[in-house]
Amino acid sequence: MTVYAAPGTEGAIASFRPRYDHWIGGEYVPPANGQYFENPSPVNGRTFTEVARGDADDIDRALDAAHGAAHAWGRTSVTERARVLNKIADRMEEHLEELAVAETWENGKPVRETLAADLPLAIDHFRYFAGAIRAQEGSISEIDGDTIAYHFHEPLGVVGQIIPWNFPILMAVWKLAPALAAGNAVVLKPAEQTPTSILYLMELIADLIPPGVLNVVNGFGAEAGKPLASSPRIRKIAFTGETTTGRLIMQYASQNIIPVTLELGGKSPNIFFSDVAAANDEFYDKALEGFTMFALNQGEVCTCPSRALIQADIYQSFLADAVARTEAVLQGNPLDTDTMIGAQASNDQLEKILSYFDIGKAEGAKVLTGGYRAEMEGDLAGGYYVTPTIFEGKNSMRIFQEEIFGPVVAVTEFADFDDAIKVANDTLYGLGAGVWTRSGADAYRAGRAIEAGRVWTNCYHAYPAAAAFGGYKGSGVGRENHKMMLDHYQQTKNLLVSYAQGKQGFF
Amino acid sequence: MSDDVLSAPAAGAPPARVAVTDSAAALLARLRAKHGELMFHQSGGCCDGSSPMCYPDGDFITGDADIHLGDLAVAADDASFTVPVWMSRNQFEYWKHTHLTIDVVPGRGAGFSVEAPEGVRFLIRSRLFTDEEWKLLRD
Repeated sequence: MTVYAAPGTEGAIASFRPRYDHWIGGEYVPPANGQYFENPSPVNGRTFTEVARGDADDIDRALDAAHGAAHAWGRTSVTERARVLNKIADRMEEHLEELAVAETWENGKPVRETLAADLPLAIDHFRYFAGAIRAQEGSISEIDGDTIAYHFHEPLGVVGQIIPWNFPILMAVWKLAPALAAGNAVVLKPAEQTPTSILYLMELIADLIPPGVLNVVNGFGAEAGKPLASSPRIRKIAFTGETTTGRLIMQYASQNIIPVTLELGGKSPNIFFSDVAAANDEFYDKALEGFTMFALNQGEVCTCPSRALIQADIYQSFLADAVARTEAVLQGNPLDTDTMIGAQASNDQLEKILSYFDIGKAEGAKVLTGGYRAEMEGDLAGGYYVTPTIFEGKNSMRIFQEEIFGPVVAVTEFADFDDAIKVANDTLYGLGAGVWTRSGADAYRAGRAIEAGRVWTNCYHAYPAAAAFGGYKGSGVGRENHKMMLDHYQQTKNLLVSYAQGKQGFF
Repeated sequence: MSDDVLSAPAAGAPPARVAVTDSAAALLARLRAKHGELMFHQSGGCCDGSSPMCYPDGDFITGDADIHLGDLAVAADDASFTVPVWMSRNQFEYWKHTHLTIDVVPGRGAGFSVEAPEGVRFLIRSRLFTDEEWKLLRD
């Protein structure tokens, strides 16, 4: 067990500046309007730094810097761009522990997670795209003996990226790595709940990236996000968030005729077939952990397995074991490596989760465990903590249909395979799903029948680079985490070349 | 073109689907002074999903995919005004049996909702319609 010292206290391995400006052109630039906003840590609810409150002027300055850098960066060889990405990864690895503590302080998630998932995945993501861009090839179509179509990949130019707060560094890297690998310059707006950790990273890697290639402007969505998303000076906008903002961003994009990629969340089913309980063995234990994954990252994951579907003949016994497993989740100081669940990222998230406890109970769902705010003591008092909660109810209830974004799972039973698929697909979303069974055939059939972009089969919440991630239905457009994301950050240039000497014959 | 699923409640008429708390109404009056006429669109999905998003009216383009749940009547010191509340039609299918009250809490909501810079966040509080209300709504 290790308990890291809180940033700002003696012995801390991560320390924040008292104030953060925008990161434009490779340096800190104060906001044009001179305004800042406070950034509290979810761990204790207290402000630890203040951050530039950007607006359209700052977005414009960042776009100026990006446009100034985009041409040269886009013409850099893939060898050089891959080298930069690999160096970023190396630098992050050297500072992994420090970044993990900074991320935990920023977001409230346990350091156990940032050390083992957020940072290692982000580092590997840069390496994956460093490799992918080196290996990418254009194509040639031989139309006829004398006519050849050459296809080249070209960067889009300057792109905008709007990042969520649930994995501030990792989600930024999911978008940055392919964009930079493909030769684009970026203006990135972090979430206003978590504006700082990405700047912490920018400082660490500042000397590795040409100035202007990567710019970060903080601020509120209405003040900084909107001018970025609606700017005619970006060639693409990428967003992770919710459906209404996703639609709004598409509306802005339609005015500028630019592509969008959207990752908009879900209400992911986690299906447990009877044979999971055929033996009380290592696999059964793994399946119980799979159920409990709803509490990972405090449930603040777009793919949170927030609907558990359990086959009727094992329903009671499996659920009893699952409740016990959930109650064993250790909640406490996020800076303690033993802690499994930390704080929700903001007060309004906490309030929203509590409001869903109310509607869940009003609809007749039964609370099997949890269902309340966890009041912490000492240094953690004032933080935003929720006890992992299991509801039992029907799929038509709102707690089964809406993304609560907290450590809350809604459980129901199903009769057979067809019933499981019907309930699983009875949702507006289609981002993630889980299937648990000892039968390879059932696993395959279920995985193919579920309308979701990612079906974890006998696992959950793994996010390795090279496994495509993105949504069906209302969950969005595009696939991150895979080399196919390069396509979303590239134009195709076709040269259609005739080597024939004779005329075409029309005139 | 969108459905008006609500008309003003009168005797025997269906109940309002949406309401607003006093504190949220006071905030709407302040926001209107700054941004002009306002609208809500209820979000779903990730992160700040399941939250009501407040925009300058018309900034979010509604269409056949949306339902007009009703208009919040706000009586401020210097003006009375209404704020329309919208939701995606497919989302409404799962929400239609619940009455929604727009409240406000301290927070740091994301998205492009206009109240976030004030250090507050609109929040939906829900209750089930009573059997009597539900009958009127369905009739």
